[in-house]
Amino acid sequence: MQILMFGWEFPPMNSGGLGVACQGIVEGLSHHGHEIFLVLPKVSESMHACKPDNLNLLAAHKSGGHIECMEIPSSLYSPYCTIESYTKWIEECIGEEPENMYGKNLFEEIHRYASRGAMYAGKVPHDIIHTHDWLTAEAGIQAKKISDKPMVMHVHATEFDRSGDNVNQQVYDMERRGMEHADRIIAVSEFTKKMLIKHYGIKEWKIDVVHNAVKPNFSTYHKTHHLNKTDKIVLFLGRMTLQKGPDYFLKMAKRVLEVMTKVKFIMAGDGDMTEQMIHMANDLGIERNVLFAGFLKGDEVAQAYSHADLYVMPSVSEPFGIAPLEAIQNGTPVLISKQAGVNEIIKNALRADFWDIDDMANKVIAALQYDSLTNTLKDHGKRELEQISWQKQAKHIENVYKRITGK
Amino acid sequence: MNKINKTICFYFQVHQPYRLSKCNVFEIGSKENYFIGPQNYENQEVFEKVANKCYIPANKVILDLLKKHPEFKVSYSFSGVFLDQCLLFGDIGKEVLDSFKAIIDTGQAEILSETYYHSLAWIYSKDEFAKQIEWHKKLIYKIFHKKPQVFRNTELIYNNEIAEFIREMGFKGIVAEGWDYYLQWRNQNFLYKPKKVELHPEDRKIAKNYRVRKTLPKDFSLLLKNYKLSDDIAFRFSNKSWTEWPMGADKFASWANNAEGETINLFMDYETFGEHQWADTGIFEFLKHLPEECLKNGIGFKTPSETIKAYKTVGELDVPHLMSWADMERDLSAWCSNDLQKNALERIFSLENKLKSTLNKLNKEDRDVVMDIWRKLQTSDHFYYMCTKYWNDGDVHAYFSPYESPYDAFITYMNTLSDFEHKLENKYQLTSV
Repeated sequence: MQILMFGWEFPPMNSGGLGVACQGIVEGLSHHGHEIFLVLPKVSESMHACKPDNLNLLAAHKSGGHIECMEIPSSLYSPYCTIESYTKWIEECIGEEPENMYGKNLFEEIHRYASRGAMYAGKVPHDIIHTHDWLTAEAGIQAKKISDKPMVMHVHATEFDRSGDNVNQQVYDMERRGMEHADRIIAVSEFTKKMLIKHYGIKEWKIDVVHNAVKPNFSTYHKTHHLNKTDKIVLFLGRMTLQKGPDYFLKMAKRVLEVMTKVKFIMAGDGDMTEQMIHMANDLGIERNVLFAGFLKGDEVAQAYSHADLYVMPSVSEPFGIAPLEAIQNGTPVLISKQAGVNEIIKNALRADFWDIDDMANKVIAALQYDSLTNTLKDHGKRELEQISWQKQAKHIENVYKRITGK
Repeated sequence: MNKINKTICFYFQVHQPYRLSKCNVFEIGSKENYFIGPQNYENQEVFEKVANKCYIPANKVILDLLKKHPEFKVSYSFSGVFLDQCLLFGDIGKEVLDSFKAIIDTGQAEILSETYYHSLAWIYSKDEFAKQIEWHKKLIYKIFHKKPQVFRNTELIYNNEIAEFIREMGFKGIVAEGWDYYLQWRNQNFLYKPKKVELHPEDRKIAKNYRVRKTLPKDFSLLLKNYKLSDDIAFRFSNKSWTEWPMGADKFASWANNAEGETINLFMDYETFGEHQWADTGIFEFLKHLPEECLKNGIGFKTPSETIKAYKTVGELDVPHLMSWADMERDLSAWCSNDLQKNALERIFSLENKLKSTLNKLNKEDRDVVMDIWRKLQTSDHFYYMCTKYWNDGDVHAYFSPYESPYDAFITYMNTLSDFEHKLENKYQLTSV
């Protein structure tokens, strides 16, 4: 099949899991012989470096036209965190000529991306339109108007995951509009599927669940680090936002340190809560045991995982959460919040409710104290991970395509 | 009535562990009541549930059958921790125990010997193993006024050495799995003699010290479980995708009739009746008609002791390695194969020397409390809950645990053990010598 896909970010120019998942999906699909036309806000040389032959990368602004589409009101909102950190990310990641790629105002950019990117629907052959999250939903809707091909909306996260109870109405409206226009919806977990039914009024029959996977890992980091060798390391790695529960991580750390002293808690990642977390570590009086590593890129991520004795993902709400899979891949056992979709595919993990600080601390301490526990988690986790691949998941996506195209 | 040409020997295992209450690291030093059980699986509630689904209705059926057919015989092995719970849990416990007593009082039911705490003690300490057999013996005498003559080990764990040890203790026989790997061409429906092995002199001394009778019986026999026919009842009975489903008592009796040999040993968990196989599967109806259908086919019934008395052993069976009645592998991997299990087992049994060398510092009451806790922590179920093999297969039928995961089971166990060690040091002032 030929697929016209609308993506928002793509490695190496990505700020989070969406780009990584998008890459996994297109590689999995191309493995099965599908041809993909992936429209991105910006296409760089580095992206071409190791892409499969049947993946075509198209820059939205080079479609050579634009379509009039729904006007998106301007707002100081970003999908990830605050507008400041979004702008900062743009500067860090893209550097030169930002006006051609990701706009300074996200809503404006989404609008521009949709109106221009959708034009590819009249230019490239395709059987299916595939969009990701609210960011590219509008482009999909416009493309569908042009080519009249069925549209799949892939939901990686919802506004409820990102913002808790403070839902941004505009984002919600765009998500819902995308879901209603889509012929089928792919949710990354049962957890997310339930959310779509509950908060967006989507019919259950319209949603398929396809879990994420991870790419095979070739990193060969050993457990060496520059910290005191007798110290154990517990890692937080993710955006420092409400959704990821960094504050619960610190509360847990405080509790752990009451029992064990030789533990360092590393917090890697950036976000609107970074400063607050630094203050919080101070207020809790554990600042000597908490290290802030900032935003990690590329290899640094794998390195951080492999240095840690335990990776903790205390997310308040996590539609999927690829990070624990990456940690396991790097030989590090994981403790996952029960409120994460990834629990549906990984059994060999410690689990706790993000709000149950004592239970979380209890399990962290056990992992740091008993090698038998971490070794068993590592061995079984790795074996479990070997059963999961993007190729397999792409087969499930292919089945979704087949259902709506009748092919 | 037809002439009796072979007999069935029933043995039902009756056991309930003391599941551990959740215990987190912050409770170490102040944890009370280890053995209430985790939330939603409180031991008393589980006991009541199983009593109502299995013990009480099944005992009624068995008692009626024993009264109706004087030829019908059964045997039970009760773990000490099960009997303790009967005594602990008030009216329902009493009702269960009384119904078992009524069965035993018919004289058509035998009680087997086992380790009081349903433990894996054999593997770690022969002395502890023998002690638990003795404790169990005393408990059975106290409750039922019976002296068991035939031994069964936790989960039918068996090898030549265990058999020799048990023989040396004065038992008439032992039960084990009739596994083809060791039987090869031989038939499990006969009595065998265990291959004689030389015990370590120390172990022989222990066995002698704990003799259950003054003089050793002349013969010692091995009864092997017919796992095909046993599992037809215990596992396959309600399985609708099984080609033989539904299996009535008449069908089962005809299979037993076709089986060659003298004794068909049907060994299973008693919870098969009403708990593993629910009442609505027709398991009780099956049981009600089984003796009648068997007798029609010329199949009688004997208890293990009667079986040993009635038949001669036909050969020697060599089982050099530990085997059990569990899983396809018939090994011990469900209890002691992964690192969690090894770590936990090693730690609980490493306390033995410390306890035994310092125990005389305590008064009798404290001593009993301490030893009872240590032994309750040895029950095999704790280690089974840490098993990762079925859990990973997602085989919910093979895997049952009151904990969310093997990891949670391990953490709860280790924290409880840490609390126990803390109390030994602080409350009881038992420091290692």
